[in-house]
Amino acid sequence: MSSAVGSTSAALGRPFLFDDVAESGGAPVPAAFARSGKAAAVAEDLKKPAGKQSGIEIIRSTINDQKSTIPLTSASRLEIRPAPEMVSSGISALDRLTGGLPRGCLTEICGPASSGRTSVMLAALAAATRRGEFCAFLDASDALDPYSVAAAGVDLDRFLWVRCGDKTLPARKQLHADFKHYRFAQSESSQSEYRLEQVLRATDLLLESGGFGLIILDLADVPPQSARRIPLTTWFRFRRAVEHKPTILLAIEQQSIVGSCSSLLLQLGTPDRYNNAASQFAAAKWRKTAAHGASRGLQSEPEQAREGRKRSILSEKSREPRTDNTLTDLWTDSKCSPTHAHLLSGLRIHVEQIRSRLDRKPAHSVRFETTTEWAGSNRKQITQLPNYKITK
Amino acid sequence: MFACIYIPNFSVAAAFRAEPDLQARVLAIFEGKPPLEKIIATNEQAKNIGITPGITKAQAELCPELALRPRSALQESSAHAALLDCAQSFSPCVEDAACDTALLDLRGMASLFGSLTKISHAISDRASALGLQANVAVASNPDVSFLAARGFPGITIIPAGKEAEKLSSLPVEVLFGERLDGEEKKSANALVETLSRWGIRNLRALAALPEVSLTERLGQQGLRLQQLARGSVSRTLVPVEAPMVFEEAIELEHPIVLLEPLAFLLNRLLDQLCARLASRALCTQELRLTLDLSTYTGMDDEYENIGIPSESNVGNNEILQQPNRMWEQSPLAMWGQPPSPALSGVEGAVRRSEAPLACWPQTKFTRKLSLPLPMLDPKVFLKLLQLDLNAHPPGAPIIKIHLAAEPARPRSAQGGLFLPPAPEPEKLELTLARIAGIVGEQRVGALELLDTHHPEGFRMRRFVAEVARKVPRKKTPDAEEAQSTVTALRRFRPPLRVNVTLENGKPTRVSCAKRKDVQGDVLWKAGPWRFSGDWWDREAWSRDEWDLALRNGEAISFYRLVHDLLSGMWFLEGTYD
Repeated sequence: MSSAVGSTSAALGRPFLFDDVAESGGAPVPAAFARSGKAAAVAEDLKKPAGKQSGIEIIRSTINDQKSTIPLTSASRLEIRPAPEMVSSGISALDRLTGGLPRGCLTEICGPASSGRTSVMLAALAAATRRGEFCAFLDASDALDPYSVAAAGVDLDRFLWVRCGDKTLPARKQLHADFKHYRFAQSESSQSEYRLEQVLRATDLLLESGGFGLIILDLADVPPQSARRIPLTTWFRFRRAVEHKPTILLAIEQQSIVGSCSSLLLQLGTPDRYNNAASQFAAAKWRKTAAHGASRGLQSEPEQAREGRKRSILSEKSREPRTDNTLTDLWTDSKCSPTHAHLLSGLRIHVEQIRSRLDRKPAHSVRFETTTEWAGSNRKQITQLPNYKITK
Repeated sequence: MFACIYIPNFSVAAAFRAEPDLQARVLAIFEGKPPLEKIIATNEQAKNIGITPGITKAQAELCPELALRPRSALQESSAHAALLDCAQSFSPCVEDAACDTALLDLRGMASLFGSLTKISHAISDRASALGLQANVAVASNPDVSFLAARGFPGITIIPAGKEAEKLSSLPVEVLFGERLDGEEKKSANALVETLSRWGIRNLRALAALPEVSLTERLGQQGLRLQQLARGSVSRTLVPVEAPMVFEEAIELEHPIVLLEPLAFLLNRLLDQLCARLASRALCTQELRLTLDLSTYTGMDDEYENIGIPSESNVGNNEILQQPNRMWEQSPLAMWGQPPSPALSGVEGAVRRSEAPLACWPQTKFTRKLSLPLPMLDPKVFLKLLQLDLNAHPPGAPIIKIHLAAEPARPRSAQGGLFLPPAPEPEKLELTLARIAGIVGEQRVGALELLDTHHPEGFRMRRFVAEVARKVPRKKTPDAEEAQSTVTALRRFRPPLRVNVTLENGKPTRVSCAKRKDVQGDVLWKAGPWRFSGDWWDREAWSRDEWDLALRNGEAISFYRLVHDLLSGMWFLEGTYD
């Protein structure tokens, strides 16, 4: 039992403890020793108040005398893996769910398209730059939108962007020749695999360089079948490189590919993608702009909310009762569909914590909403435009 | 007190400094126009086997183990600059007495460097670090130190009042410079001959001559020589402000074509440059590498051999292609790519003369390495230059390497205990250069937004990790989070061209021929929002944007659809994620 407890503790990164310490008066009693005949005699010694220390010594010496058993190591001498420091992800709901993002660990965020992966990633990026850390973003698909980055509040001076996938690079053949430890590089690879090579090589270099608070691998647009061909040893190497460093390594993917190397796995979107998308669609708030002059645009938010509830009630009456909007209702109800005078003002993101080495709780999830950069008070919060001097 | 740093046998010392391997060999330096080259300087080993200055190069070549090097003005000027750097690192008052001699005023330096003995040894060590073996002499006046440095090897310290006694054993030849030319050399030889006829061999004898009689026979020049021999001449130094020019060069006997030997030579040059910069307590923020490329001769013959028509019967376009064909068959293909007439990149340039390309005239290949922060690490510089040359090969054999550093004050930023971690500038620069070699030069760096509404209104700039550059703005946590949770757009680069079915001017179905996952019925749409700009320019743009939800099977995704009003085509610009 003791050994089982010890290995579990090691896996969890907690101090090693014997569960039966209290039962035996403060001294652990291994199972092998309990089966032996001397257990009763030692137990008698342990019950004596003055003989507490001597009992432990007796147990240790007895077990060490037996050649068949492994020498007992005191629990206080075992190496304790410290729990990683957790830092904010920039989203309080996500922080409440996971406790933040762990430093020195590999975190995986996966989900389908339009599930909010990039929004979550940008929030983490903005939080890291606000802490004064330098961040690196390895963009396998060259898909980053600079205006979204600026709107998320990322300090652009602390943000390194590596754009992969340049087809015109002359050194491609050389790259293949040098990069033999990635198996797929030896053959004629597709464009996505070529991008993967670039991302993985650049990640190796950045991890070796050190000094970055957050390194993000954006594999969100890489097909899962290509991403799965990354050798697991590569992820182990990354995990080993980032270990004991104050760096958060964050991987964004469509499906989980890192396996047991990740300390935290977050799945965006529910397993039932249909309902998830429907809920996203329902949460895709639209707001009428005054510029278009439609009558609904003059309505206040509470009025729109009341109207929405009315529609919801109508739909409930006409169709089956339900607790949330469904895609079919919204799609078929032409009145509900917004006109061109409305704005996409936000998405609802559903995050589920699938696996965490740091917190062995059952899978649980959280929902939160994002806003578009042009919606409400966040409209064009791009403040990092260059300064121009007016000269006469 | 004054010190004199003297480099004996300066031409040989300059050659040793450029090629340290020569120190173990028999070396002779020659000068002149062929076939009349003459030996002008040799090292001790060459003198031992009978090779002395004055013999012709043809005579010297009879010795098989002899290494012959042409006299290099570049190497000598570099060695002279290093000598001045050495002197300037000890005293601000330095006189450039000759190309091989520097005088410096040591008054007040004891509190900084210790006793005169310590200073002398420190000067000698610094000169050794710069690749020069120097004689150092310290005396109470500049001329005595000058004569002592020329006459005595190693370190000499002459106490005040004992100048004449110390100098007495020196031969009268030390009064005259070794590197005199023309009339000066003739008059010096005449004086030495005259003194020799009188039986005057050393300074003691010269100092003992009666002043009046000496003046009657040799004039004021004779009197001045006697005062020098007595050590009684006192003068002030003529200080020189050493130019802040840090350049090193190597001329190669045989052209090199591979990166490895070039890196070896660059390493040597960088070591010398960094030692010079360090002696002046400086760093550098810009390195300029200039390579003289070899003129390729005999090309016409090879064209005939490989069946390429000669220049006379082909058009200009074909002539331009000839070097590429030659390139494929030449050993220079190891560099990776043929030389391009117009080198890509702002920092690099190949200057060619007006001769036809087929002849490959001598060209200069220039690369500039700009650093974000002042640095002084030759290994980092070497790696950066290697990466840069890998990306931009010179394209022809190299016959001369010239490396210059722009001096800069060292950075004085001090990291704080409680500051967040930041990449080390040297490591980061290397890492960025390596990543640029993988993904491309303009595809790694920091993001800079431009003052435009154009959808791709940004540019990449150099990423610099300066900790104390900017204080993060302080905001309330709620405001920060509200700003952070922004719906992000993922762009398709290039945008996906799609076919759109319209009803009443609104999109109802979208399909993409390239990607099957990007097609479906439009469940929800918002728009259009019209944007346009740069109408006064050739790159004018005008477009309508739609936000829409597409249903493809069970998956529903949000996209930004763009209708280009100028071309009439529809594109998917990105997906909201």
